[in-house]
Amino acid sequence: MNYHWNWGIYLEQIKGGEETYLSWLVTGLQWTVAVSLCSWVIALLLGFLVGTLRTTPRRWVARLCSAYVELFRNIPLLVQMFLWFFVMPELLPRNLSLWVKQEMPAKEFVTATICLGLFTSARIAEQVRAGIQSLPRGQSYAGLAMGFTLPQTYRYVLLPMAIRIIIPPLTSEFMNVFKNSSVAFAIGVLELTFQARQMQEDSEQGIETYLAVTLLYFACAFVTHLGMSWIERKTRVPGLISTAK
Amino acid sequence: MTFLWTGFLFSGNLTLIAMTGGVVFGTLLAMGRLSSLGPLAAIASAYVNLMRSIPLVMVILWFFLVIPLITGKPIGAERSAIVTFTAFEAAYYSEIMRAGIQSVSRGQAMAGYALGMSYWQNMGLVVLPQAFRNMIPILLTQTIILFQDTSLVYAIGAKDLLKAAEIAGKNYNRPMEMYIFVAAIYFVLCFTLSTVVKRLQKKFAVVR
Repeated sequence: MNYHWNWGIYLEQIKGGEETYLSWLVTGLQWTVAVSLCSWVIALLLGFLVGTLRTTPRRWVARLCSAYVELFRNIPLLVQMFLWFFVMPELLPRNLSLWVKQEMPAKEFVTATICLGLFTSARIAEQVRAGIQSLPRGQSYAGLAMGFTLPQTYRYVLLPMAIRIIIPPLTSEFMNVFKNSSVAFAIGVLELTFQARQMQEDSEQGIETYLAVTLLYFACAFVTHLGMSWIERKTRVPGLISTAK
Repeated sequence: MTFLWTGFLFSGNLTLIAMTGGVVFGTLLAMGRLSSLGPLAAIASAYVNLMRSIPLVMVILWFFLVIPLITGKPIGAERSAIVTFTAFEAAYYSEIMRAGIQSVSRGQAMAGYALGMSYWQNMGLVVLPQAFRNMIPILLTQTIILFQDTSLVYAIGAKDLLKAAEIAGKNYNRPMEMYIFVAAIYFVLCFTLSTVVKRLQKKFAVVR
C-alpha cells in the first residue's frame, strides 16, 4: 500500500483558485444541513397529515393515503431524484416549465428538498399510523363519547400520545434524512458528498477527503441524536413509556 | 432493450449476492455481538454502528477508493460494488439476526447445552433455524430496500439498471421515457415483493 499521506491538504489552495479545500467542505456541510432541515420540515408536515388520515374511518381517504405511501416507498430515492429533476419540469404547463428550467433560483436545491421531503414523509406517515394504532381503541371512543368531534379527538386525545410514542423511530428517521441527503449529489446539489467527490478528484487525497466528510456526517447524526433525546426527555409522559433509560 | 436487460441483470445479481453474503456475514456478526468474549463483541458492534451511521454513498466511495489501494490494482466499479454491498448489508442483516437470535427463548439454548451440544452445534441446530424462521419477513423487507439501494452504485459509474436506462435514454434521445420506465420497473417489483412479504407475515403469524 503506497499511499502519499498529506494531512495539510485541507488548508491547501484549490488548483487554480483562491479558496482552500476546507471552504469546499464548509459549503458542502451548509448545503447538506440546509437540504436536510428543509426536507425534514416538509416531511414532518406531510407525514403527519398522511399518517393521520390513514387511520380515519373514511375508507377512500385512507386508501388514497396508502397509495401515496406505497408510491414513495417502492421507488429508489435516486430514481425519484431524477424524476423530479429531469421529468417533472417537462410535465408542467409550458410557461411554468420554462420558468422552472431557466429562472428558478437554486433549482437543484429546491428539487432535492422537495424530493427528499416527500420520500421521507411516506416513511414518517407509516410511523405516525403505527403510533396511532398502538393506542388502545378506548382512547378514541372516550374522546368521541366526551362530545369531541373527530378532528378534536385527534387533536387533543390521540395525536399528543401518538407523537410521544413515535419519537424514537422519528429520531432515527431524522438521522436517515442526513444520510439520504447525500443522494442529492446526483442532481448537482453542492452538498458534502458532491464536494467529497470533487475534492478527491482535484486533490487526489482520497482518504483524507473521505475521512473529513465521514466525520462531518457523524457530527450531523450526533447533534441530531442529542437534540431528539432532549425533546424525548422533555415530553415524556410519566408511567406510559418506560422511563428507565 | 438488451442494454436495459444487462443493467437489470447486474442489479439483480448484485442484490442476490449481497443478500447471500450479507446474511452469512451478518449472522456471524450477530453471533459475535452476542458472544461472551468482550473484545469480539466490541469489534462486531463497532463495525455495525460505524456502517449504520455513514451514508451508503460514502461507503460506496470509500470502498471504491480503498480496495485498489489494498490489492494494488484497480478492480472495476462492478466488483467493487459487490464487495461494498456485501460488507454494508452485513451490518443491517446482523441487526435483524441479532433480534432473531434474541427472540429464541433462553430455554431452547439451555436445553441444547443440557443435551451436551457444543456452541456451534447449539447455534446451528437449535437457535439459528428458529431465528431465521422468525425473521424471514424482515430479512426479505431488508432485501427489498437493498434492491432499491443498488441504484446508488451510480456514484461510481457501475452499469446497473438506472445507469443503463440513462445511457439508453441518451442514445435514443428519449431520457424522460427511460426514467419513467425504470421507476415503473422498480415500483412494480418492489410493490409485488412487499405484498408477498405481507402475505408471508400473516402465514407465519398463524403458524405460531
